[in-house]
Amino acid sequence: MASKAAAKLIKVVINGKGIDCEEGKTILEVCRRAGIFVPTLCFDERLKPYGACRLCLVEIKGIPRALSSCTTPIQDGMEITTESENLTGLRKTILSLILSNHPNDCMRCEKSGDCALQDLAYMYDVTPVLYEGERWDLPVKDNNPFISFDPKKCILCGRCVNICKEVVLKGAIDMTGRGFHAKPDTAFGKPLDKDNCLFCGQCVSACPTGALVEKPSIGAGRGQSVKRVKTVCSYCGTGCNFYLNVKHGRVIKVTSDYESPVNSGSLCIKGRFGYDFIHHKDRLTTPLIRENDGFRPASWDEALDLVARRFVELKEKYGPEALGAFSSSRCTNEENYLVSKWVRVALGSNNVDNCARI
Amino acid sequence: MAGLATSLGAGAASNSFDQIEDADTLFIFGSNTSEAHPMISLHVNKAIRRGARIIVADPRRIELAKYADPWLNLKPGTNIALLNGLIHVILEEGLHNRDFIEKRTEGFEELKEAVKGYTPERVEEITGVSKEKLVRAARAYAGAKNAMILYGLGVVEHSSGTENAMAIANLALVCGHIGRPATGIMALRGQNNVQGASDIGPTPTAFTGYQPVTDPAVRAKFEKAWGVANLPSKPGLKSVEMLDEAKKGAFKGLFILAEDPAHTDPDLNHIREALSALEFLVVQDIFPTETTKFAHVILPGASFAEKDGTFTSGERRIQKIRKAIEPVAGMAEWQVVCEISTRMGYPMNYSGPAEVMKEIAGVAPIYGGISYARLEGDGIQWPCPTKDHPGTTTLYQETFARPGGRARFVALEHKGPAETPDAQYPFILITGRRREHYNNGSMTRRVKGIAEMYPEELLEISPADAAKLGIDDGDMVRVVSRRGEIKVKAKVFDRSQEGNVFLSFHHQDALTNILTSPHRDPIAGTPEYKACAVRIEKA
Repeated sequence: MASKAAAKLIKVVINGKGIDCEEGKTILEVCRRAGIFVPTLCFDERLKPYGACRLCLVEIKGIPRALSSCTTPIQDGMEITTESENLTGLRKTILSLILSNHPNDCMRCEKSGDCALQDLAYMYDVTPVLYEGERWDLPVKDNNPFISFDPKKCILCGRCVNICKEVVLKGAIDMTGRGFHAKPDTAFGKPLDKDNCLFCGQCVSACPTGALVEKPSIGAGRGQSVKRVKTVCSYCGTGCNFYLNVKHGRVIKVTSDYESPVNSGSLCIKGRFGYDFIHHKDRLTTPLIRENDGFRPASWDEALDLVARRFVELKEKYGPEALGAFSSSRCTNEENYLVSKWVRVALGSNNVDNCARI
Repeated sequence: MAGLATSLGAGAASNSFDQIEDADTLFIFGSNTSEAHPMISLHVNKAIRRGARIIVADPRRIELAKYADPWLNLKPGTNIALLNGLIHVILEEGLHNRDFIEKRTEGFEELKEAVKGYTPERVEEITGVSKEKLVRAARAYAGAKNAMILYGLGVVEHSSGTENAMAIANLALVCGHIGRPATGIMALRGQNNVQGASDIGPTPTAFTGYQPVTDPAVRAKFEKAWGVANLPSKPGLKSVEMLDEAKKGAFKGLFILAEDPAHTDPDLNHIREALSALEFLVVQDIFPTETTKFAHVILPGASFAEKDGTFTSGERRIQKIRKAIEPVAGMAEWQVVCEISTRMGYPMNYSGPAEVMKEIAGVAPIYGGISYARLEGDGIQWPCPTKDHPGTTTLYQETFARPGGRARFVALEHKGPAETPDAQYPFILITGRRREHYNNGSMTRRVKGIAEMYPEELLEISPADAAKLGIDDGDMVRVVSRRGEIKVKAKVFDRSQEGNVFLSFHHQDALTNILTSPHRDPIAGTPEYKACAVRIEKA
C-alpha cells in the first residue's frame, strides 16, 4: 500500500562485503541491487519468485546446503556467498541437465546472441552432451500469426505460464503433463486462438530461450546483426517503451524494454506486433497533386511551393479567418508546436486545433 | 479536458500509472481499460491480485466487470445522475471528508443543494442501476484509504462530456480522494500524444502550455519569442467549427496533419460535404485515407519510427521517440511545416526537434525544465518548471492549480444524451475501440496478423435482443440511424445489455461514423460518440 511504513534496514555480508539492505527482500533482490551477478533462468522481475531453475543457489553461513536466492528472504546478519567451487559445480550440473534435453542448435536459433541459456552455457563452459538420454521430439506449434512455440527448446522455467496467469490474468497456457512429459500448453493442446489468447506476447517476452519467439520475425535478423533503438509506442496514450529492431534499414521486430518504468517490458498486441505498417506497400512515398479526377505524383519542391502559394493567395483573397489547420495527437510535441506557430504566424489566425476532442 | 481543468486546475491525470497498483479501491468509469489501454489494465490486474476493491461503471459488461463489486450498469449518457446519486448517498450517510472539503475546496454548499434530489430511487429510475448497487458503490469508494478513479472516453464523449468530467471530480473531492500517491483521478487518453497535443497547444484558445490567446501579456511573450508583431487575439475555431464554416462557404483553406476526419468524425455525410466545399485542402498522412480523397495536395508523412521527437503520455510523462530508420518519403512532418512556412515568407530554421523543444521550454512554464539531454532516461512528468526540477508524479499534494489554490465543486444536473431511442430507432448505439485495432485502423489493418485474425467490424448485440429480432451470431445486419446506414456482421454477446448495441470505428469498409450523432459537448466540442439511436434489421 502507498502508505506502507519504511522497511527496516538490516546488515548482511555478501561475498565478504558488508551491505545495508531492506528487510523483506529476497537474497536475489539484494544481490541485484548491489550489482552482484547471480545466474537465473526462471526469475522475472514482473513475477513472483518461482524457484524452478535452481541456478541462483547461494551458500549461507550456518546452513548446510545451498538455497535458491530468489525464494529465500534476507535476514539480518546473514553471510552469503554467491560464487564458489561448489556452486559452480552445481550450476554446471543443472545446465548440463538442461542441455541434455535441448536441441543445442544455436546456429539456426532465432534467439542466438540474445539467449540466457546460451549465455550461461558459455559462461560456465558446459558441454551439451554430458548426459545422454531421451530427448523431446515434439513438433513446433505455430498455428497462429504471432507466436511460435518450439517445445524442444523449452527449459520448463515456468515464466511464460506464470506471466500469463499473474500479470495478464488470462491463463491461456499452463504446465501440462508430468515428469518428462511436462510442458507448457493450452487447455487440451488447442492452437492459440482469439478465444483463448490475447496475443500480447508477454510469454514471448518472458521466455529466456528460443522456445517462444515472435513468428513474423523468424529469419529476419538476430543478435548483434540487429540495431536496437529505444522508443515509445505510437498506439494509445500509455507511453509504453520498447526497442525497434532494425536490420538493413527495415524494422524487423519489437523487443521489450524491461527497464521502462511505464511497462516493465510488457506490451499489448499492437505494441509488440503492430509494426508491419511501417514498410507496407500502401505507404505514401511522394507528394500527390490533384489533377482532373485523380492525383499525379509530384516532387517535394513542386508540392511545397504549391501549398505555400495557395495559402498566400487564399489569405489575400479571404483573409486569415478563412484559413486554418488540424494538428495531430499522433504527431510529436515538436510538430504540434510548429503547426501551431505556423498557423498563428503565417496564416494569421488562431484556427488551429488537434484531435484531442475527437 | 476542460472538465478537470475547471474543477482542479489541470486537464490531466493527477497521478502516475504505476500508483494504480497501490490503490486499495479502483473506480473504473467509462473505460474499457483492458481493451483501450491494455498496459494500464496490467496495473489494474496487479491491484486486483493485491486485493483491491474494483467498482465498474459502464453500460457494457466489460472484462473488468468480472472483478467488480459492484458493476454499475448504467444506461448510456446517465453519468451525471449516477455520480450525483453516489454523492447523495455519501453525504446522506456522512461518509464525506469534512476536513478536506473545508480546507481545500470551494462551492460545497451549491453541490450539496444540487445532489439533494438525486435519491437512490430517482437515480435507479434514470440510470437503471439498482439502489442497492448504488449504495454499495458509494460506501466502498468513500470508505477507501487510497482510491483512484480511472475514467475514459465513456465519460467525455457525450454531449455533457465536460460536465461529466466535473462530476467525477466532485465525487473525488467530496471524499478527499485526490492529491496523494495512489489517490486521484486518471483520465485515460485515447491517442498516443493527446496529452502532448493538448499541452503544446494547437488549440484555438491557448498558446503552448495552456496560456490564453486573449491575454495581452501572453501574446507579448510569444511575439517576443517568435520575433513577430500582432499575433491574433481572437480565439479561433475548433476543428468541428472549421468544418461547419467550410460547409457554409465561410472557411476556405485547411491543412490537416495526420488526422482522418472523413473516417473518425461523427456524422460523416456532414464531414464529406464540408471537406468537398473547401477551396484548398492539404492532407499529410502516411497512408491514403478517407480524408485524402478530398485533398488537393497530399503530402506523405513519416511514421514514429522515422523521426526524433517527444510524446507526452497520459501520466504527463514527456518521453523521447528516436529515429530508427530514414523517413520513407524523405522528410518528417516537422521539416515539412518548416518548409511551408519558410516558402510563405515566415522562415523557420531549426537544426532538429531538440532545438524546437528548447523553444517550447522557453515559452511554456510546465515544460520549462525539459531538454533532450534530461529526457534520456525514463522521461519527465510535467509540471517541470526548472532545469533542476525532478518533475511531478502526483499533482495537487499541497494546492490545486486554480486561483486561490482550492478545487471547485460544480453543481450539475442530469441532462441525458441528446438523441434518445424511439419506436423507429429503438436501440442506443455505443461506439468505441477494440484491443487489436487503433483509431481509423490505417495502421493496424495493414498489420498482416491482425488483419488475418480481426478482419472485420462486428455489431455486438445482446442475446435477448438478437433473439427478438431473429438474428444469429454471424448474420449480416443493417444498422440504420437518422443519418445513414451500414452493413456489418452481428456478434451475439452478453457484453451488451438489452437495448444497447456496440460498434468500433476501425474499419474502412463499414464506416461506423456514418451513423453517429451530430450532437456535441457545447464546451469542448467533443462529439457524442457514445450514444445515438439506431435500428437493426436483418440484411
